[in-house]
Amino acid sequence: MTPELGQLALILALLLALAQGILPLLGAWRGNRALMAVARPAAAGQAVFVAMAFGILVWAFVRFDFSVQYVADNSNLALPWYYRIAAVWGAHEGSLLLWIFILNVWTVALAAFSQKLPEVFASRVLAVMGLIAVGFLAFIIFTSNPFGRLLPMPGDGADLNPVLQDPGMTFHPPVLYTGYVGFSVAFAFAIAGLLGGELEQAWVRWARPWTNIAWAFLTCGIVAGSWWAYAELGWGGWWFWDPVENASFMPWLVGLGLIHAQAITEKRGSLRAWTILLSIFAFSLSLLGTFLVRSGVLTSVHAFASDPRRGIFILAFLTIVVGGSLLLYALRAPKVAGGKPFKVVSRETVLLIGNLMFAVAAAMVLLGTLFPLIGDALNLGRVSVGPPYFGFLFPLLMLPAVLLLPFGPFLRWGKGDTPALKQVLLRAGIAAAACAIVAAFFVDGQLKAIAGVASLVWLSVGVLLYAIKRWREVPRGRRYPAEMAGMLLAHLGVGVFVAGVLLSESLSVTSDVRMAPGQTQHIGGYDFLFQGAHRTTGPNWRADQGVITVTRDSKAVAVMHPQKRTYLRGQVQTESAVDAGIFRDLYVALGEPMDANDIEGAWSLRLYYKPFIRWIWGGGLLMMLGGFVCAGDKRFRIKRAAKTETAAAGLQVEETHA
Amino acid sequence: MTRGLLRMLLVMLLVCVGVAHAQAIEPMPFANHAQELRFQHLTRQLRCPMCQNETLADSNAPIARDLRNQIFQMMQHGSSDDEIKQYLVARYSNFVLYNPPLTAGTWLLWFGPLLILLGGTGAVLVAIRKRSHRDAVATEASTANALIDSTPTDNGDDW
Amino acid sequence: MNRLLPFFGFMLLVLLFGFGIWWNTQHDQNAIPSPLLDKPAPSFNLPKLYEPTQTVSKADLLGQPYLLNVFASWCVECGVEHPVLEAEGPTLGVQLVGYNYKDAPADAKRWLAEHGNPYNLLISDEPGNTAIDFGVYGAPESFLIDARGVIRYKHIGPLTPDVVAKELKPAIAAMAHEGQP
Repeated sequence: MTPELGQLALILALLLALAQGILPLLGAWRGNRALMAVARPAAAGQAVFVAMAFGILVWAFVRFDFSVQYVADNSNLALPWYYRIAAVWGAHEGSLLLWIFILNVWTVALAAFSQKLPEVFASRVLAVMGLIAVGFLAFIIFTSNPFGRLLPMPGDGADLNPVLQDPGMTFHPPVLYTGYVGFSVAFAFAIAGLLGGELEQAWVRWARPWTNIAWAFLTCGIVAGSWWAYAELGWGGWWFWDPVENASFMPWLVGLGLIHAQAITEKRGSLRAWTILLSIFAFSLSLLGTFLVRSGVLTSVHAFASDPRRGIFILAFLTIVVGGSLLLYALRAPKVAGGKPFKVVSRETVLLIGNLMFAVAAAMVLLGTLFPLIGDALNLGRVSVGPPYFGFLFPLLMLPAVLLLPFGPFLRWGKGDTPALKQVLLRAGIAAAACAIVAAFFVDGQLKAIAGVASLVWLSVGVLLYAIKRWREVPRGRRYPAEMAGMLLAHLGVGVFVAGVLLSESLSVTSDVRMAPGQTQHIGGYDFLFQGAHRTTGPNWRADQGVITVTRDSKAVAVMHPQKRTYLRGQVQTESAVDAGIFRDLYVALGEPMDANDIEGAWSLRLYYKPFIRWIWGGGLLMMLGGFVCAGDKRFRIKRAAKTETAAAGLQVEETHA
Repeated sequence: MTRGLLRMLLVMLLVCVGVAHAQAIEPMPFANHAQELRFQHLTRQLRCPMCQNETLADSNAPIARDLRNQIFQMMQHGSSDDEIKQYLVARYSNFVLYNPPLTAGTWLLWFGPLLILLGGTGAVLVAIRKRSHRDAVATEASTANALIDSTPTDNGDDW
Repeated sequence: MNRLLPFFGFMLLVLLFGFGIWWNTQHDQNAIPSPLLDKPAPSFNLPKLYEPTQTVSKADLLGQPYLLNVFASWCVECGVEHPVLEAEGPTLGVQLVGYNYKDAPADAKRWLAEHGNPYNLLISDEPGNTAIDFGVYGAPESFLIDARGVIRYKHIGPLTPDVVAKELKPAIAAMAHEGQP
């Protein structure tokens, strides 16, 4: 009975979304306040029904309701409750329900926090969100219903893919989607701005915190996915340039350009058309990612099952939303370069160059990801594009951005201050060169590692120099506005990330070895003593578990327990043992027993020593933190008409004036 | 026919995802560490023909295991990396190379980003030139937006 | 005008995706094109499945075209393909050579006893090394080899009546046609 209620809830949500999407737009066009006022209640109503549908699906999983096809396909009686909940978004239909649920979370937040926005503008923004919801709800109802029944009801379900039975998998999709879907807000703002025609910088100020938060979530989601792949897939890799990964990375790159472009447009009024275009592109790439993963147009191990009908539906939706918005852009975007001018040496230029590199990088990733398809279309034969392509071009394109990073804060808007630049160049440059030379001795002249150290020093000294400058020149209380603090954190994160990548890639040691119990291997300065394997069991698996004692210079470091699990349905999964550390990871994966009948004898093992690999995710998390901190800046908050905090002196008033 | 393809896809998904990742772990009797590094490096540049999103180094498909053994044998017999790659391309086509060679068909792939970069750089240069030659223009007056004080941040603070 | 550039660029992308969806319904995306088409088949020397002391080489099979069908008892799709081979095999007009790939002979014989044996000749490649020379990466795969030992057609995946009618038979006919001076 209840699953049908879920279906009903979705239909009602669709109707409300239609109301939310169409009526306020009409109202805004006609100046009809009653129609415009439909937006918020309709959004609230839609959210209630979508939440209901989502809750009903979660409940079906928790209660083992195998009469629902989707539940039967993705869980079974032995699956622990936390993975049953994660299984809700483990496959296509449920993940779409998650998508629309998160869209509603953003919409409700928008409805709540936009009370002070001009009515016409706010109703347009909410209407655009409503139209997006219409598309997704229709898609779910007509092609991807998670509530379909399976009768007669089976006694037990299939299993959730063991690769997905991991805490990382529970966390990664919701966070990633929060980011992806969050770009719809910037998109809605841009469309509302285009429709309204009032293209001053004000709406960009409103869009900024929303965009920063979405981008921060996306950063976190990508970091979580990368960490999960590292921990789960058993090969010590953290990024594969797989089409699905690229599908989340492209919006991230464009979003990165967007948050910087928004800064320019908000403060100087220039580059409005570019900011609008980026807003459209960021969300378009999110939609594109959704399409790529579900249409079967590209091969990917991560991809959901493909179905041409679904592919056509999403393609049509994509065409209407993106094509429509680009057409609107062509017609309504500002034609005259407005806002304050800037000289060649200025902060705007540096940000613009950064934007250029991010945009070209996103285009490059798109080209590489789609090239197999282009190859088929133009009959070029099967072309294979992978890490050698992306891993070569991406760092190349990011190099100018990394080199220019420290200069950004030191430059002024409109025109630059060359003496200050020279200072930065000298100090950061010398520091970087010095550290690089020292590092060369430690890393046997490995170029990548030296480059990693040099970049880290270059970037972090640049950040430090600016922080010190602010400390010296600005009185207490105004030194580090949230926006600036966020910037400094994020830029530091870039340095940490780059160092992590270059150092771990160049200095990692991997070895496949055959070890009998009692034997030791020496890898990366650590001694791995294999102490044999034995049987063990879990809630829905049984495993062969190895014991490895790791020492360094005879001092105990860790005891590691890699497993090779066999799940109920026979799927085998390697659970590698990872000893995490700030400066290095040790990683052991079990291979095969040398004699299949004697698991307590010798085994093949893969041992890894991975220095600085946590810095990759640490850097990413710093960037995420920077995004959140920046969004919290007081300037972005709406002026409360009645109570102004005039208790403090003029300083405060100036800041809440925004 | 689509169902047959779908079934094949499912089988491949099962083989390529559901089966032990650990089977890619095969200690081979390398002569020395340098040889092991060379093997790892080489097999990472090659695509598994069966599990097409995995490298030959990581894949646990039977064909990947066979090919790894074959590559190892060839290395023992003194074949160079290029010879090994040629051997595989002759049998499995260019697809097996993760690094698409530069041919007439792939020039778009390799030069496309460069072209986009050049185009974008041109646009940026034009934009900068346009804006650096104008005198300061008054910020466009906002019409219905009295709510937001659009004072720019030229208060000397630069933020 | 350049404001319309993003729109047109995007529409190009839509066309590409539309093509992709259509193409996907027609082709197996995971099939790798064989670089051996219209090239001589690799030479091989493999034992017969039922008489392992006797071997069959490429030279032995010259003079007559044949369909080399790669199969194995562990291969699920081969079970799907088998009835098609049994039904259409005799009508093809070429010899059917079964190539048992990475299979223990005992398992293969058992499987054939269960499913039937449509092959004129059966050879066994248990280690799978010769198969690499053919560019085989899974089962089932089928090669059409002409009288001079040149590979004329390759199909990856199970042979269906559709594929037999639309691709295999025309390829056989084309081969026979050119044989006449």
